[in-house]
Amino acid sequence: MCLAIPGKLLEISSENGLKMGTIDVNGARTRACLEYVPEIQVGNYTIVHAGFALKIIDEEEAAESLKLWAELVEKGAFDPFDELPSSGAV
Amino acid sequence: MKYIDEYRDPQLARKLLAEIHRVTTRSWTIMEICGGQTHSIIRNGIDQLLPDAIELVHGPGCPVCVTPLESIERALEIAAQKEVIFTSFGDMLRVPGSSRDLFMVRSEGGDVRILFSPLDSLQIARDNPDKEVVFFAVGFETTAPANAMAVWQAVREGIQNFSILVSQVMVPPAMRAILSSPGNRVQGFLAAGHVCAVMGYEEYEPVAQEFHVPIVPTGFEPVDLLAGILETVEQLEEGRAELVNRYARVVSREGNRKAKEIIENVFEVTDRQWRGIGLIPGSGLGLREEFARFDAEKKFNVSHICASESPLCMSGQVLQGALKPDACPAFAKECTPEHPLGATMVSSEGACAAYYNYHRKFTP
Ligand code: SF4
Repeated sequence: MCLAIPGKLLEISSENGLKMGTIDVNGARTRACLEYVPEIQVGNYTIVHAGFALKIIDEEEAAESLKLWAELVEKGAFDPFDELPSSGAV
Repeated sequence: MKYIDEYRDPQLARKLLAEIHRVTTRSWTIMEICGGQTHSIIRNGIDQLLPDAIELVHGPGCPVCVTPLESIERALEIAAQKEVIFTSFGDMLRVPGSSRDLFMVRSEGGDVRILFSPLDSLQIARDNPDKEVVFFAVGFETTAPANAMAVWQAVREGIQNFSILVSQVMVPPAMRAILSSPGNRVQGFLAAGHVCAVMGYEEYEPVAQEFHVPIVPTGFEPVDLLAGILETVEQLEEGRAELVNRYARVVSREGNRKAKEIIENVFEVTDRQWRGIGLIPGSGLGLREEFARFDAEKKFNVSHICASESPLCMSGQVLQGALKPDACPAFAKECTPEHPLGATMVSSEGACAAYYNYHRKFTP
């Protein structure tokens, strides 16, 4: 019952007085209620559970953590997996 | 796709893994609460790539798995009634009751329908005014906003022929129960990212302090999980026990204020049975008195129905991290996803099903 991956809002509509939207989740279109993310705009990414958008993905925070992790890669810590083929399980 | 691919980047994942290997000097046991995370960890083989000293144990965060047998029995009883259209998330239909499941009720003529959203259940109620439409409101804090809104909307529209069979549970009381149990081995938690997206993480801060355990909300992709594990191990190695958010793009300290408000309006905290675990005080949500007319348990008078578990199934221990699925004697023998004995073998979020589906079934 949980879609753990984010989707992109394609359009906003209204149904029985509720704010609804069509969301593209990895190529599949799904309907979701937008009442809990009233400020959402078309093009935003969001997390959907049980037919409800629960959170707009925070672009700044996303960029921030990726930057942090990229620094870690730069730092070039000892890599015990260098011997593994790069198509390994991770 | 954006917000997926960059968190599956193999180079980054390997680097995080290397860091985990570098900082680990002792043995640590870490529990991921969420069944979705269990699924991702096993699918990506993360547990096998970690240092041997790090053990991941799988938590109770699978809604299908912890819905108590008596709720299943009550659902079966209601669904079999002639005037009822029984609606549910799909994965509840195969959960075995003591003698049948919802699929069997359907094959015997019951009107049982699979939905993605409880709002669809309201539509069925509008379309079928001569029927009673019931939604099986199970799940954690991630489904509570949806179930609460369905009731709220039914009130607003004056829909009378709709009710919900509630079995809503919450994570923090379960964490406390695990940490307080005498045999507990868990030293740190990966907190469930989407539960925290709704509720925020304020409630976890006192748990981290009181029990001196690191708690790290994180996501579902390999990079998220590895970053969460790295943070937890670093804290454990340094003797710290803090709440550090590793899923900041989705989780804020406050959570979703509007969702929390509607949950609070519609539900109140109650004691709840967890399948395989037992009663955890204050661990559930039930409808407030004002909404009693939407309570299927009362409407259909099924509160008296009780049930007891199959003695073969050890899912209670699996759900508390005390037993690995493949250590259960019935695993992959009497119990398979086709013929599940316990709910943890039914849902793709269940630890037993994850082990089975990704071929962790060869341990003698
Ligand atoms: S393998 Fe089957 S019987 Fe054993 S604990 Fe898991 S669900 Fe229960």
